[in-house]
Amino acid sequence: MANEVIFKNRDLDRLWDIEQYRSRGGYEILTRILTEKTPPAEIIDGMKTSGLRGRGGAGFPTGLKWSFINRSAPGDKYLVCNSDEGEPGTFKDRDILRYNPHALVEGMLIASYVIDAHRAYNYIRGEFWEPYERFQNAIDQARAAGFVGNNILGSGFDCELNVHLGGGAYVCGEETALLESIEGKKGQPRYKPPFPAHVGLYGRPTVINNTETLASVPTILREGAEQFRDIGVENSGGSKLFSISGHVKNPGVFELPMGTPFSELFELAGGMRDGSKIKAVIPGGSSSPVIPGEIMMDLTMDYDAIAKAGSMLGSGAVIVMDESTCMVKVLDRMGYFYYEESCGQCTPCREGTGWLYRIVHRIENGQGRPEDIDLLMDVQNRIRGKTICALGDAAAMPVAGMLRYYQDEFQYHIDHKKCKVGAGA
Amino acid sequence: MSALETKNRNELFTPEIRAEIDHEIAKYPEAESQSAAMAALRIVQDANGGWLTQERMDEVAAYLDLPPIAIYEVATFYSMYEHKPVGRNKLCVCTNISCMINNSDQIVEHLNNRLGIKFGEVTEDGRFSLKEVECLGACGGAPMMQVGRKYYENLTPERLDSILDELE
Amino acid sequence: MSEEKTITIEVDGQPLETKAGALLIDVTDAAGIDIPRFCYHKKLSIAASCRMCLVEVAKVPKPIPACATQVMDGMVVQTRSPMVLAAQKATMEFLLINHPLDCPVCDQGGECELQDVAMGYGSDVTRFIETKRVVPENDIGPLIATDMTRCIHCTRCVRFGDEVAGMREMGATGRGEHMTIGTYVAHNLNSELSGNVIDLCPVGALTSKPFQYRARAWELTRHTGVAPHDSVGSNIQIHTRRGEVMRVHPHSNDAINEIWLSDRDRFSYEGVKSEERLTQPLIKKDGEWTEASWEEALEAAASGLKKIASTDADQIGTLVSPTATLEEIALARKITEGLGSSNIDYRLRQEDFRGNSSAVPWLGQSIGSLENIDSALLIGSNIRKDQPLLAHRLRKAALKGAKIQLINPLHLDLHFDAAQMVSDPAGMVHNLAAIAEAAGGSHHLTEQIEVTDEHKAIAEELKRSESAVILLGNLAQSHPDYTILCGLAALIAKATEASVGVIPMAANSVGAAVIGAIPDHGLNAHSMLENPRKGYLLLGVEPGRDTNNPALARSAISSAELVVAVTAYRSLCLEEAASIMLPMSGFGETSGSFVNAEGRWQHFSGAAAPLGESRPGWKILRVLGNLLDLDGFDYSSSEEIRDELRDAHGAEPKVTSLGAAKGKIRSAVTGLARIGETPIYAADALVRRATSLQKTAEAREATAARVNPSVAADAGLSDGDKVAVVQGEGRAEMVLRIDPHIPDGCVWVPAAVPGSESLGDQFGELSLEKV
Ligand SMILES: Cc1cc2nc3c(=O)[nH]c(=O)nc-3n(C[C@H](O)[C@H](O)[C@H](O)COP(=O)(O)O)c2cc1C
Ligand code: SF4
Ligand code: FES
Repeated sequence: MANEVIFKNRDLDRLWDIEQYRSRGGYEILTRILTEKTPPAEIIDGMKTSGLRGRGGAGFPTGLKWSFINRSAPGDKYLVCNSDEGEPGTFKDRDILRYNPHALVEGMLIASYVIDAHRAYNYIRGEFWEPYERFQNAIDQARAAGFVGNNILGSGFDCELNVHLGGGAYVCGEETALLESIEGKKGQPRYKPPFPAHVGLYGRPTVINNTETLASVPTILREGAEQFRDIGVENSGGSKLFSISGHVKNPGVFELPMGTPFSELFELAGGMRDGSKIKAVIPGGSSSPVIPGEIMMDLTMDYDAIAKAGSMLGSGAVIVMDESTCMVKVLDRMGYFYYEESCGQCTPCREGTGWLYRIVHRIENGQGRPEDIDLLMDVQNRIRGKTICALGDAAAMPVAGMLRYYQDEFQYHIDHKKCKVGAGA
Repeated sequence: MSALETKNRNELFTPEIRAEIDHEIAKYPEAESQSAAMAALRIVQDANGGWLTQERMDEVAAYLDLPPIAIYEVATFYSMYEHKPVGRNKLCVCTNISCMINNSDQIVEHLNNRLGIKFGEVTEDGRFSLKEVECLGACGGAPMMQVGRKYYENLTPERLDSILDELE
Repeated sequence: MSEEKTITIEVDGQPLETKAGALLIDVTDAAGIDIPRFCYHKKLSIAASCRMCLVEVAKVPKPIPACATQVMDGMVVQTRSPMVLAAQKATMEFLLINHPLDCPVCDQGGECELQDVAMGYGSDVTRFIETKRVVPENDIGPLIATDMTRCIHCTRCVRFGDEVAGMREMGATGRGEHMTIGTYVAHNLNSELSGNVIDLCPVGALTSKPFQYRARAWELTRHTGVAPHDSVGSNIQIHTRRGEVMRVHPHSNDAINEIWLSDRDRFSYEGVKSEERLTQPLIKKDGEWTEASWEEALEAAASGLKKIASTDADQIGTLVSPTATLEEIALARKITEGLGSSNIDYRLRQEDFRGNSSAVPWLGQSIGSLENIDSALLIGSNIRKDQPLLAHRLRKAALKGAKIQLINPLHLDLHFDAAQMVSDPAGMVHNLAAIAEAAGGSHHLTEQIEVTDEHKAIAEELKRSESAVILLGNLAQSHPDYTILCGLAALIAKATEASVGVIPMAANSVGAAVIGAIPDHGLNAHSMLENPRKGYLLLGVEPGRDTNNPALARSAISSAELVVAVTAYRSLCLEEAASIMLPMSGFGETSGSFVNAEGRWQHFSGAAAPLGESRPGWKILRVLGNLLDLDGFDYSSSEEIRDELRDAHGAEPKVTSLGAAKGKIRSAVTGLARIGETPIYAADALVRRATSLQKTAEAREATAARVNPSVAADAGLSDGDKVAVVQGEGRAEMVLRIDPHIPDGCVWVPAAVPGSESLGDQFGELSLEKV
């Protein structure tokens, strides 16, 4: 049941080419919508039926998000695709840009039509130069074929599609920081409300969706919303791309139905490398709390199951760690990441991420103090829920997660000034 | 009044760079040319040996009719803009979790030893500089690094040697 | 509209009525419920970034910022719940971990919002044992001292620059913990409103440089006062210690200066302590200045004046500074009239007196209403430099969509969008005539005038708007064809149904006009100098700097038999030409009243002790009046004088009738035309001596002559050349700057700066020589 939506055409040799994309029904649904002038509300209903939830991490229902736009409000509206892909462990959108760029182009055009946007931007992280070139090439091909620009397919619908390249800042994956970035400013998240659906890019109503979300749209609408929904499970419709990395034999991106047992994904990735034993799994990108391997083995990959286990499906980025991994060192590195990537505008995140990192770093370097574990718990708690955007939570949650299952390793570091796990000292 | 303010827009940069920036400006609605600031900085940085000086930033500000501080803010916020000279090949090594647990330490150490430089430094011949970066979204190919616009994945010390040999 | 609807919310169990859509923090502020905050500021946009104002709202799982939350009917808010207390404690701890806590050596000590809030919401033990952040400094100029390690990143200063000053000079560079507030590169703040960041900064990161380490907040006594420079009459607080002026802060008054102060109003107090302050009565005996007692000096003044008056009273001329108080001016007028002369004037920078002398030069409307106009035509006004806070009101109007248009002899760097029509001084008259013609007003000047689309557009704009205003500024008032400019302005106003007014030059220009410090049928400021008098009474006037034609003023005064100068400063020209100098107390040392641009009478008391032997001007003049045996000089306080004046003249000034455009055009020249502007920090005796303001780039640059590139090329001159400006007999050496803002055929030559004393009229023909 794998590879039914995004990776449907994976068997083709030049699947990023418009000809090959069209040979499998690409741009049919866009053509139909534009020529038949399908009522946008009908498309939104379809999206709602499909059960598609945003693939960027938060899992917000896509159809509902689109319905927030007041189509008839005068003035410009914008569609923005989020290809910033910065959450450590996530590398799926890069593959969409490289291997199925036309699905994204088509999805962006459909979404633009639905919300009556005449300009759409794909925000691609600046480091993704090669994927950007692929995607830009797809835009150019689509334009040449009459799918992009003015009066698309004679329908009277105009839509310009452009890429905005990032400049290296994880926080720009946060949707309002991303909008600031497109506006040519620092990527500092905006306080919400107002939400982008009301005040977005250049102050205009805007929909922001993840790459995978938008690239799923053509297949959903062409093959039928129910069919997509039924691939997945209750509350988690459809299939999903999982990026799996770490100590597995065959890391990579796998498209699987929502609700697939983790063990299956793990098998597909070849299991542990070099016969090592699984220790822990970060199930949804670095911001999601860690789950011990044995618990993970009993979970399915969908929003509810992972949430019930105290973590998050997030962007579907799975990092598998074997028994040689020192959890203090992992948290040290993650702490550094959030400290480096905090935008700096709000107090708890600016000050708190640096503090968290320094405490963990001290512990890792044998300078931990007995009170540090309580302090860590307290500081992460003082950040949580008090910041402008979710980066503060993202920095705090892994700390609580680590201490929940691996406090003994931290304690050992503090007591013995060295690592409990054989390898790391 | 700085000399820049009196300078004609068409005296800034080369015609090629101006054309490139204008191409970026055209992507955005009229009156929103600030949106092209990031691209303009990238273009100017590329043409300036991979890093920005205050003068270059001031020129970008003048070209886009923005106060210089607006450009400084952008240029110091995003990690891909450099404010010190870099090597002809800027080796950006990811050390984030997936790479870390796949021995990026070893890759860094190998580079330190072979090039005789640490993060933030440039080899004496100006050929290489070394930079630690956060997750580049290629964890499946960990450990990895980016050089220029290209990703190099599944690095080993041996592979690294042959890659470095290829880079001018 | 739903916005107007009255709703009820509940805060800490207390029901509050309010308007829907109001900000929660404003509602609680109004109700006296204290919510701590750092980034929020009523006059700035919302950042919601400090997270100090978090409150609990029923049904919302997380604490939310009161500063960014609009109230909704039935909202139930807690400001002291355990959730809120925990949030406040958390934010406070985060703010303090990297703060240096160097309160004992911080100028903000005692008036620091961080200190105050920490007392209320913080904890007394620190759990942070890591190394604190240290931020390197950039010098941002002579007015503001920085200590960025203390900065708490509230971004008030950054938002101020962007939103109020209209100049983005400060920013937040870098990211995360490395984010630094500042200018990034060493760069002087150039905004004429820059000092306001000192008040806005809640901590000691941005403090006053002139005041640095001078006193602690709690040692200061606060007195309210009125700023003595432009005609806004900004309300100020003068802070003194042991009778000495230590600094000046704004005193908020929404109708006048809101909460702001221009740098000129804030920092000019330094001029009080100038070495040039006159602290002792002086009499010139055989060409030598000798110290005298008050009795001796006043006797000498009285007998000298009496002597001249007894032969020909018309030989007495009185010039008063428009920065003098109403009370001083009134007594000077009484003395002049008492001596039998009607030669008195305050319009020292005016050249053209052909017009309606009795018109009171005022705005014709309130200061606040300027931000609600939808169109304006400014004639001869460097509004931003001359009247920074009026410019601020116009900027607000412009941001709301008003169209501001200017007719000027130079292009201005404005902080709002405006249409600027720039020409040489004579061209201004033509342009205005053409606009009048386009507007449908007719006049002999408009007949043969070429009307362009630009002129038509300006006229159209004025006609189209519901509330348009036409205002004449400093450059118009010094223009050789001021009368014609006034007449044309009145013509345009009539044709377009716009209101018309004058932007008064100085703190008390309107006051002087209201109480009639103008010659009834005697000589005006210009003719009193053109036809030298035997005796002059000068009140706060520096002849070489305060007059339109300093060369003329100096020669007239030098040739007089008697010059009695009531003055706070011993300036070069007075030492050269006066006979008696009577030390008048300076800024902050006297009580009195000013009438501002909108006709508002504002009274202030003395805050500091007069320096040395100096005495308040009204007291000096009272005694002089008595010594002259004149009636009506038995006042025992300045308030008595004010009350008398108020009874006689207190009504709001009548809407200005600017008179008709009559007479020939006099501004046309054959050679190069001078544009003689008075730079912002040269406007009056006090600011000219304010040392820190004089160190600003603005002041330093204002001593140069300026021409545009083509004039420079024609004259074979380049930027930085030393040139001699030759005007009639006068000659001044200056550095030349190339400046595209100056029109063809013109040279911008500052007035009132050192070196300009030997030059003639602010407008007129001149030539340049390379030296
Ligand atoms: C710190 C932070 C980083 C994020 N990074 C990404 C990202 O790289 N890509 C992405 O699609 N969404 C990211 N998000 C989520 C976006 O804010 C947003 O929810 C998403 O793009 C919406 O699209 P969706 O509804 O299709 O998921 C991030 C959120 C936060 C708080
Ligand atoms: S310098 Fe002061 S006003 Fe500016 S951000 Fe820092 S604390 Fe706020
Ligand atoms: S005052 Fe509300 S967040 Fe700063």
